Amino acid sequence: MSVREITADDIESLAVGAWILGTGGGGSPYLPLLNMRRLYREGYRVQLMDAADLDDDDLVGTVANMGAPLVGQERLTDSLTLARAVEVMEKHLGHRFAALMSMEIGGANGVRPFMAAAHLGRPVIDSDTMGRAYPEAQMTSVSVGGLTPYPLTAVDVRGLESVVHKVPTWKWAERVMRKICVEYGSVAATCQPPRTGAEVKKWGIHGTTTKAIAIGAAVREAQRTHADPIAAILSVEPGKLLYRGKVVDVARRTTEGFLRGVVRFDGLDDWRGEKLEINFQNEWIVALREREAVAMTPDLICVLNSDTGEAVGSETIRYGQRVTVIALPSPPVFLSEDGLKHVGPRAFGYDLDFRSVFSS
Amino acid sequence: MRRIGIDVGGTNTDAVLIEDGKVIRAVKAPTSEDVTAGILDSLKSLGSTGVLEGKRIDGVMIGTTHFINAVVQRRHLTKVGALRLGMPASASLPPFCDWPEDLAALVCGGVWMVEGGHEYDGRPFMPLDEAAVTKAAHEMKAAGLKSVGISSIFSPLDPSHEKRAVELVAAVIPDVAITCSSDLGRIGLLERENAGLLNAALADLSRDTIAAFEKAIRDSGLDAPLFITQNDGTVAEAAQARRLPVYSFASGATNSMRGAAYLSGLADAMVIDVGGTTADVGQLKNGFPREANSVVKIGGVRTLFRMPDLLSIGLGGGSHVSLDPLKVGPVSVGYRLLKDGIAFGGKQLTTTDVAVAAGILDLGDRSKVAYLDEATCQKVFGEAARLAEEAIDRMKTEAADVPLIAVGGGAFLIPEKLPGVSQVIHVEHGDCANAVGAAIAQVAGECDQIFKDLTRRDAISAASDIANDRAVAAGADRATLQTIESEDMPLAYLPGNSVRVRVRVVGDVKATA
Repeated sequence: MSVREITADDIESLAVGAWILGTGGGGSPYLPLLNMRRLYREGYRVQLMDAADLDDDDLVGTVANMGAPLVGQERLTDSLTLARAVEVMEKHLGHRFAALMSMEIGGANGVRPFMAAAHLGRPVIDSDTMGRAYPEAQMTSVSVGGLTPYPLTAVDVRGLESVVHKVPTWKWAERVMRKICVEYGSVAATCQPPRTGAEVKKWGIHGTTTKAIAIGAAVREAQRTHADPIAAILSVEPGKLLYRGKVVDVARRTTEGFLRGVVRFDGLDDWRGEKLEINFQNEWIVALREREAVAMTPDLICVLNSDTGEAVGSETIRYGQRVTVIALPSPPVFLSEDGLKHVGPRAFGYDLDFRSVFSS
Repeated sequence: MRRIGIDVGGTNTDAVLIEDGKVIRAVKAPTSEDVTAGILDSLKSLGSTGVLEGKRIDGVMIGTTHFINAVVQRRHLTKVGALRLGMPASASLPPFCDWPEDLAALVCGGVWMVEGGHEYDGRPFMPLDEAAVTKAAHEMKAAGLKSVGISSIFSPLDPSHEKRAVELVAAVIPDVAITCSSDLGRIGLLERENAGLLNAALADLSRDTIAAFEKAIRDSGLDAPLFITQNDGTVAEAAQARRLPVYSFASGATNSMRGAAYLSGLADAMVIDVGGTTADVGQLKNGFPREANSVVKIGGVRTLFRMPDLLSIGLGGGSHVSLDPLKVGPVSVGYRLLKDGIAFGGKQLTTTDVAVAAGILDLGDRSKVAYLDEATCQKVFGEAARLAEEAIDRMKTEAADVPLIAVGGGAFLIPEKLPGVSQVIHVEHGDCANAVGAAIAQVAGECDQIFKDLTRRDAISAASDIANDRAVAAGADRATLQTIESEDMPLAYLPGNSVRVRVRVVGDVKATA
């Protein structure tokens, strides 16, 4: 059995690493981190478990928050409400989950399953369904796998509880859940469709919590020792350094509930004189040099503060910031023809054939 | 129109007399341990020059770092009762949850959380639990608390629950000082609440300090109203400033930027204010500093309220210089400059020593720094220029070259040419730009509330009337008022055509008859 206890220090690293894997979106893990600090101070502990250790007929609950980041900053996600979303699902199913799992490791949702797990006393599986952050619920490995998109639960802190019993597709799941979420006040704790142990083993993206902790630990250690945090990340991840520069222009617009736009950079150091631009839809989607795509989804494009190594989000990036752009490899599940249909450049409206930074 | 501007900095207290738009006299004195004695000294030293003889002064405008220093140094803070309206949401992250432990231990007098608050679209989140508010007030009274911070979910959109809670608490604790988060902050409950709690923690210090300032003015023989300069470059008359001391936190840097705009005649430019220890870089837009739109940490506490967007770097007239390898700052000799610098018989080489050696400054004993040759001096200035250039580039919001105004006692470190800068402007009286900025500050009035059953135009007009009246009440001359910000947002889900309107006006301080 490969189960280990997550330490308070691991949680600090997880918050830093999950924000980096958020690839510009996913929301800052700051408030979930505050929740976890409090829970650990009060004596709660969470175990991390490998998917391989699940029995095939175990059931796993996938935890995520849904809604507008703005509302989250006022209503401050409560750990008990996340736990409640899981309990409502268990009651609906008449089954107890053997473990919980993250829907997206990138951003705040990378930490939230731990909030629920602390109260419920279940382990968290070291896997997720995105390997990063993506803006829509059908952009997951379990959607690529064609797994059942229902049932789902949505809970509001005031005791409002909804079960979506059946929907035909993942797109419908997204539409119906979004409606419920808006009525709640644009924030809801959700439990995503339950997965069997066999499904998690086959379709989960594995080792992502461990990966986020390792990245975060490398960055924090580099900060402590005044070493280069970017080099530290690349020493623990098979990533590629793409660019170093400063932000010279940010254009944002909000359309259909997404934050879209483009950031332009001027090169520094080895990239002096070279320009780069990165298009985003919540997350960084395509990086272009002289109009030629140099990195694109599903490869992870991470824009990092050059001094601290911490992630820079698309909501807050601003003129003058010194950043380093690195790419991390996509989970293999998204590299198939079907995977690329879900999360490749065309899924975001770019008429580009996917070419990986790591293929050459 | 005659005003005195005073800026109490960490090192110096500057005072200027401005008459009909001209700087008549500027005086500089070391800041004293007792801030008010320093103010009295500078008023007396202005008076001793005879410029005040037989003249009426329309206002004494003081910029002070007193309140932010109290937070940073953890001194003179009042115990605060925190009342949050928003249960059952947010229960797991109570007030003070992300404060540094030492500061929370000094300030936290107890936490009460009750039902209340609103949704993002204006619907009530939960009805306000008035009985619970009253019960909390009785417990605060029993605990001997005299200062209370009240916060409510989405109160910047609808402050009605906070306002009602103020009435309920005041009915139980008659002499209580209350800060509402909606008086200060923006969206982001923890950061807005933190700003409110810091403000509440300064209740006693604020009352005592403002009273002492007023006494200093009287003791100097002047009969003039006191105004305190604010983060946004305006002033508030004493009574209002006493209620919201956090609004003066960054007024020193703001005053420098406003003074730089005034002295140079430029409304849009970058400003670098080089002091003894640090240089602050900011951007002027329409004569006012650009506002920070992000979290600002004060004394380790994350806050989000009206603050200028500033970048501070460790470069100043007292910065340590080492030659091999070449390094300038960030450590500084600070206020010991005239003792510890080599040109003054001390042992630490500073940027001021280098300027003395290069013949730029005529201070101290030049022979003591004669060992620094021209090439060495230029290398040091080159490094200082590089630090300044990078900071300016980080704070610019456009790629094109822009003018730069260099002010402050250490402005000699800024060369006439810098990459990314169209023109470097050094101004007369630039070393007391902060006091000039204080003296010329205008009075603001703001209205931010929800109007029902009015047309958009009538709602904006009603809001403007309120903002104008508030500015006049705060000491503005009605004839000079102008609107500097106006925005309106329709709120769905509220009955009867509701619109939230925010209007901000500024005007000149009314001259005394």
